[in-house]
Amino acid sequence: MSGKPVLHYFNARGRMECIRWLLAAAGVEFEEKIIERPEDLEKLKKDGKLMFEQVPMVEIDGMTLVQTRAILNYIATKYDLSGKDMKERALIDMYAEGIADLNEMIVQLVITPPDQKEAKISLIKDRTKNRYLPAFEKVLKSHGQDYLVGNRLSRVDIHLLELLLYVEEIDSSLLAPFPLVKALKSRLSSLPNVKKFLQPGSQRKPPTDEKALEEARKVFKF
Amino acid sequence: MAGKPVLHYFDGRGRMEPVRWLLAAAGVEFEEKFLKTRDDLGRLRNDGSLVFQQVPMVEIDGMKLVQTRAILNYIASKYNLYGKDMKERALIDMYAEGIADLDEIVLHQPYVPREEKEANLAKIKDKARNRYFPAYEKVLKSHGQDYLVGNRLSRADVYLVELLYHVEELDPSVLANFPLLKALRTRVSNLPTVKKFLQPGSQRKPYEDEKRVESVMKIFS
Repeated sequence: MSGKPVLHYFNARGRMECIRWLLAAAGVEFEEKIIERPEDLEKLKKDGKLMFEQVPMVEIDGMTLVQTRAILNYIATKYDLSGKDMKERALIDMYAEGIADLNEMIVQLVITPPDQKEAKISLIKDRTKNRYLPAFEKVLKSHGQDYLVGNRLSRVDIHLLELLLYVEEIDSSLLAPFPLVKALKSRLSSLPNVKKFLQPGSQRKPPTDEKALEEARKVFKF
Repeated sequence: MAGKPVLHYFDGRGRMEPVRWLLAAAGVEFEEKFLKTRDDLGRLRNDGSLVFQQVPMVEIDGMKLVQTRAILNYIASKYNLYGKDMKERALIDMYAEGIADLDEIVLHQPYVPREEKEANLAKIKDKARNRYFPAYEKVLKSHGQDYLVGNRLSRADVYLVELLYHVEELDPSVLANFPLLKALRTRVSNLPTVKKFLQPGSQRKPYEDEKRVESVMKIFS
């Protein structure tokens, strides 16, 4: 046993990507067991490793954790990316949950039927430029610091960077009116661990194309 | 200023009810400012009180917190209902997130269009009976302790008990095959703070009837 966290998911971003990002940003090496066939998922269920019969699942420090937020909270706390006290954590949580709400819309886009996609994209763009990016621009403006909370890197900066990359994939002009958010994005992208993760060949996953979606449908039957 | 937390929401369960339960279980008195009209929501948005323009919002310890999980995490940490260390917290989070997934379907039931209500209810019953309640029964069986994590009360117990009541309202026989869940619910319900919250006249909210749903829809439409 290597002692490294082991991530169980299929070969796509989905609900595991934010975990890959956080581990990478924290400089933590991790292994991935890719679920390719229905039998792989059934085996995990039969072995009792999935509390709610669902992935993501991460084996870490002797635990078999499911639920993305439980996993992220543990990693953030362990690697000191969760603020210095309860109040900083409250801000981090608040901002991270906003990011999660917008990210959820983007994750759902992958499985949205083609006739509903345009409306969904429209809503995502609207929320991005009228609700979420203004909120984060305002936070950064309010304290003028280099990071969202506590003047140092925390999990929420990483979550935001990941989100901004997805927003850009949808429409690269969406970030234009938000100079402080853009500056944060540049700053974060230059951090050694993040820079490494952004290189080709890292464990970062590409956008989910039709082929990957079909593979996932076979295994997860949705 | 009372120093008490102030909850901003409409007069109904929605996404605020777990916050009410947790504060009540922790023995913390709180005030409520109810949104009654679209203008009330507009006012909160315009004065910059809502980071993402949404409620729930809770004023607590000089902060205006939005996002239910951020609020619950803070309350749980402050009142020592979040386990004794990182690993207990991981278990509590895992359990609470499962409950939240089920709750997401349950809290929508009053608001789902009439023609979809039956299907939504069937989904609640299926998930409760076949996925979630067996998982928590298994946890309690595995260690034989009185609470889900660490042999003492945590936010996970409070949230689970709330959901047991709410699902039972919709599916009266749902707890029939879950003796340990029933025992947990009884145990938690008899704690002085929870017992008080379960009495009529407390700040606990009833299931949203059609009239309530209609007035809520007007605020958010």
